[in-house]
Amino acid sequence: MARSDVKLIGAWASPFVMRPRIALNLKSVPYEFLQETFGSKSELLLKSNPVHKKIPVLLHGDKPVCESNIIVEYIDDTWSSSGPSMLPSDPYDRAMARFWAAYIDEKWFVALKSFLKAGGEEEKKAVIAQLEEGNAFLEKAFIDCSKGKPFFNGDNIGYLDIALGCFLAWLRVTELAVSHKILDEAKTPSLSKWAENFCNDPAVKPVMPETAKLAEFAKKIFPKPQA
Amino acid sequence: MAEEIILLDYWASMFGMRTRIALEEKGVKYEYREEDLSNKSPLLLEMNPIHKKIPVLIHKGKPICESIIQVQYIDELWPDTNPILPSDPYQRAQARFWADYIDKKTYVPCKSLWSETGEKQEAAKMEFIEVLKTLDSELGDKSFFGGNEFGLVDIAFIGFYSWFRTYEEVANLLTIVEKFPKLISWAQRCLKRESVAKTLPDSDKVLKSISDHRKTVLGID
Repeated sequence: MARSDVKLIGAWASPFVMRPRIALNLKSVPYEFLQETFGSKSELLLKSNPVHKKIPVLLHGDKPVCESNIIVEYIDDTWSSSGPSMLPSDPYDRAMARFWAAYIDEKWFVALKSFLKAGGEEEKKAVIAQLEEGNAFLEKAFIDCSKGKPFFNGDNIGYLDIALGCFLAWLRVTELAVSHKILDEAKTPSLSKWAENFCNDPAVKPVMPETAKLAEFAKKIFPKPQA
Repeated sequence: MAEEIILLDYWASMFGMRTRIALEEKGVKYEYREEDLSNKSPLLLEMNPIHKKIPVLIHKGKPICESIIQVQYIDELWPDTNPILPSDPYQRAQARFWADYIDKKTYVPCKSLWSETGEKQEAAKMEFIEVLKTLDSELGDKSFFGGNEFGLVDIAFIGFYSWFRTYEEVANLLTIVEKFPKLISWAQRCLKRESVAKTLPDSDKVLKSISDHRKTVLGID
């Protein structure tokens, strides 16, 4: 397939955009990365995702696929013969992977995002408590899903690893901002080890933003409320 | 061999209806257990500790939560009978996208439509009308959302049809029947399927239940 057959509309700082990028790397699929300018939406984006008008959008031969986790499954389905499968083969394990990916987006990430916008100390404390409760759930989920292997998906990173791992850079930025470890080796040792392994994976390294660069960007888009 | 499937559900839940339709499509026997949502069973709280919601599918003692995930699970276990997801990867992505759209866009406004009044209810009405417009446009002249075959997106949305009369009465929504004839035809087409006809509750029964709830529990006239 020609390189221009696969395009991804996205932005370097978006964790959701990271998901299909990691998936495409895992499947060794070359693609053209079309970066959106922060603060505006291109004609192509609006045309390709008229319903949500959001990134990422995968264009495969001009046919758009939207919603990051759905794009990851599409990549796994389409390039099924390249690289390992990103979802487990057992239907129950697949259901678990999808369940936790949905939990991460609906509860865990919502808490992380609200933290970056949180004003006072009380608000921050409440959100940290929520995130730590979430991490405890995810620690157990990791132990259940990985069955002793390094990743949620087993020997290789997969759908659920990607669904959670894409937030690690933003998590680090948040930890720096509050001088508090949210992902704590003492409380969630397995998850912490997994995070380290995930960040070192060759499919992940090229697309994981540098913490310092992301922190600068975060200051720009989440200005601190006036004291 | 018995499959040992238990479904914890609530008769009027449009989400629970999805799972019931999927099980019926596959001809799978299961035990239905009605939950009292004001007094959730210990089994429900044990099997869905994160969300504490119905429907919960319990298969050989192991829980599966979230209706669209349950439908995909059921489809993967019995792939040869009445397939629910298409086999083409692009069509599958489209089906998942629209099921996800329905989930993202209906959950909050549909609750507000029957539980709120005044401005909050008005705002929910506007949101829901947008959803109907979008789905009407997406359906177009096709028989079902996926084309000629009944599938995931139809299953995701058909349960809401049993609530249309409730939304019309309680939220004073301009009759959906007049405004969205394509969607109504689509619903009638779905109702010809045994799985849907068996599953969807009577619209008047839903309306009565909600009207009573508004009066006695929410104190709304």
